[in-house]
Amino acid sequence: MLKIENLQARIEEKEILKGINLEIKPGEVHAIMGPNGSGKSTLASVLAGREDYEVTGGSIDFLGKDLLELSPEDRAKEGLFLAFQYPVEIPGVSTTNFIKTAVNEKRKYQGLDPLDAAQFLRTMKEKMKLVQIDQSLLSRSLNEGFSGGEKKRNEIFQMAMLEPKLAILDETDSGLDIDALRIVANGVNELRSSNNSFLVVTHYQRLLDYIVPDFVHVLYNGRIVRSGTKELALELEEKGYDFIKAEVEKETV
Amino acid sequence: MLNFADSKLEQIMQEEQEDILEQITNSDYKYGFVTDIEADEAPMGLTEDTVKFISAKKNEPSWMLEYRLKAFRHWQTMETPEWANLTFPTINYQDIIYYSAPKQKVAPNSLDEIDPELRKTFEKLGISLDEQKRISGIAVDAVIDSVSVATTFREELSKVGVIFCSMSDAIQEHPDLIKKHLGSVVPATDNYFTALNAAVFSDGSFCYIPKGVRCPMELSTYFRINAANTGQFERTLIVAEEGSYVSYLEGCTAPMRDENQLHAAVVEIVAMEKAEVKYSTVQNWYPGDKEGKGGIYNFVTKRGICAGNHSKISWTQVETGSSITWKYPSVILKGDYSIGEFYSVAVTNNFQQADTGTKMVHLGKNTRSRIVSKGISAGKSQNSYRGLVSVAKNASDARNFSQCDSLLLGDKCGAHTFPYIEVKNNTAMVEHEATTSKIGEDQIFYCNQRGIDTETAVALIINGFAKEVMNQLPMEFAVEAQKLLAISLEGSVG
Ligand SMILES: Nc1ncnc2c1ncn2[C@@H]1O[C@H](COP(=O)(O)OP(=O)(O)OP(=O)(O)O)[C@@H](O)[C@H]1O
Ligand SMILES: [Mg+2]
Repeated sequence: MLKIENLQARIEEKEILKGINLEIKPGEVHAIMGPNGSGKSTLASVLAGREDYEVTGGSIDFLGKDLLELSPEDRAKEGLFLAFQYPVEIPGVSTTNFIKTAVNEKRKYQGLDPLDAAQFLRTMKEKMKLVQIDQSLLSRSLNEGFSGGEKKRNEIFQMAMLEPKLAILDETDSGLDIDALRIVANGVNELRSSNNSFLVVTHYQRLLDYIVPDFVHVLYNGRIVRSGTKELALELEEKGYDFIKAEVEKETV
Repeated sequence: MLNFADSKLEQIMQEEQEDILEQITNSDYKYGFVTDIEADEAPMGLTEDTVKFISAKKNEPSWMLEYRLKAFRHWQTMETPEWANLTFPTINYQDIIYYSAPKQKVAPNSLDEIDPELRKTFEKLGISLDEQKRISGIAVDAVIDSVSVATTFREELSKVGVIFCSMSDAIQEHPDLIKKHLGSVVPATDNYFTALNAAVFSDGSFCYIPKGVRCPMELSTYFRINAANTGQFERTLIVAEEGSYVSYLEGCTAPMRDENQLHAAVVEIVAMEKAEVKYSTVQNWYPGDKEGKGGIYNFVTKRGICAGNHSKISWTQVETGSSITWKYPSVILKGDYSIGEFYSVAVTNNFQQADTGTKMVHLGKNTRSRIVSKGISAGKSQNSYRGLVSVAKNASDARNFSQCDSLLLGDKCGAHTFPYIEVKNNTAMVEHEATTSKIGEDQIFYCNQRGIDTETAVALIINGFAKEVMNQLPMEFAVEAQKLLAISLEGSVG
């Protein structure tokens, strides 16, 4: 699905990713944890193709294609989805209209006819149930005045509508109450299959109780310094990052 | 809550999204063609003889010629206004042809006899002069250069007493109505361009809605400039008698030319007691090229009077074309409880300049006005809102609300807001809100990440920004106008 080799990236002369290696196979769920500022969102942005970041080395293969050669919109249409840590607001554009545009752009790319109003409505109803999102939210302007939790839920709803092959969730759990967390996790689990994969960025072990990952990685200072199974997350929860920082320092000395 | 109209509109707009994309990637100004047709023209330049020439061409009664000559003499004493936030070279009024009419082989007695070349021209512009092919009940007056070449559905409208015809015909056939109302809202002496227009206006539309009649279809005029070196000076007059209603739409385009061309129009609306007039404009004159060469100078005076109590006049404009736009559709709220509205989207790109807004003059008691202005600037353009809200001494309990929003694309363009408020009655409530925003890179990236390319994203965002105004347009035109916004801003981002 995704193969990242020695990925290096910087922003405004500041080196942030310093050689990331990561392989995600179809059907796998990977979790990325790591202290604030370690580069998690940067990694997500580079994968999604944000231009502010300059890739200075390494390669990314996505489903047999050179991801770095694709425009952000083509990456999306190839099946890469990013649930933003901070979803943006677009006044005057209804959420429904926005999602419909996105869905039909993707269909066009795949050589399919656009969904007509009835088909679209049917799919929407179905997915709305999945993430328990309210109709009234979807007729409002995209993310405008949405609460933090509503924005996150809307990200998962869009994910459900777009059915990506690889979904990157950047701290989708932060700002969610317990019930919402469970709903979002259920949504992800419903979509989970042997054909698609998830990269879940989180600070909390709690989410991983609901979305059980196959692998957990620790990102620190622009590198993946530990990889393991879900037990690694439990260990981090217990001990914090200090022990890893200490180990990394020892190794680099 | 989505109401029916909203969701229906949204659906139509959505279905058009495909087309928008196609058109964005395709063309610049798609109305820039020239029709090769022989024209009957006045000699270049402007003297009393030019005025007489036009009047004679139209076989006008002497009172009309007198009116023109008086206006012309007054115009000669005036100077071009310079207060607007616009820069352009001095216009040489002797370098303009003031009358140009396509020569038709026979004078058409019916729509079937119209020169096929002209019919084709309008078809290319998406305007059908064929009554069989009517789109959801819209009557059209088609004006090319200085003359109206056809007006559809005249007969059908006359059955309910509605008069809809060219101004030239109205002067011949309804002299009393013209004498009574022409210049009653916008006197010839009002400003430099109204005096010029009164002297040389060549055609335009006249609508008369009798007492108690709800006009059974949308009325519209399509203005086309075709000939080179000409100016277009049209005159529109709408009279809505007591308790009547009409929705009127105006559209305009012109060929792409390197020289600037002048368009100076006057529109007058009279609304009697409990009458309502809804006037919508989709202005798409040639805006000039990317270097600022060519384009139409659009100097227009539009004004309506709510003469009777409980009357209402509503202006909606989508201004995307012209290299220069100078235009302030206004409402004089004379009747008690009368309502004036102004909804505007003005888009400027490349080197376009727009100075547009409104005047709401509250004279009657309990009068209301609402102003919603959305300015979108891109490229190196300048976009100004200029609006006056005045409340007279006797206009107790007047209310105004103004909202002026500007959206900037890029950092070489300018958005300016000049609100003027003159209140002479302390029971008035006047509210003004203004915002300026930019299309953020994070908004574009968010759209990109959902598979929406940058051009489509910009179209989506600006249509969102302009939605409140677009919702005021008759539905058939909302779709056109939405496309137009996207096309006008082509290439301004990314
Ligand atoms: N535009 C920018 N200019 C300068 N530095 C930046 C910019 N964007 C990100 N950075 C820096 O890059 C580093 C990594 O940021 P990033 O957002 O990837 O961290 P993160 O791991 O997602 O953190 P958090 O857990 O707080 O979300 C931080 O030090 C941040 O300040
Ligand atoms: Mg982050």
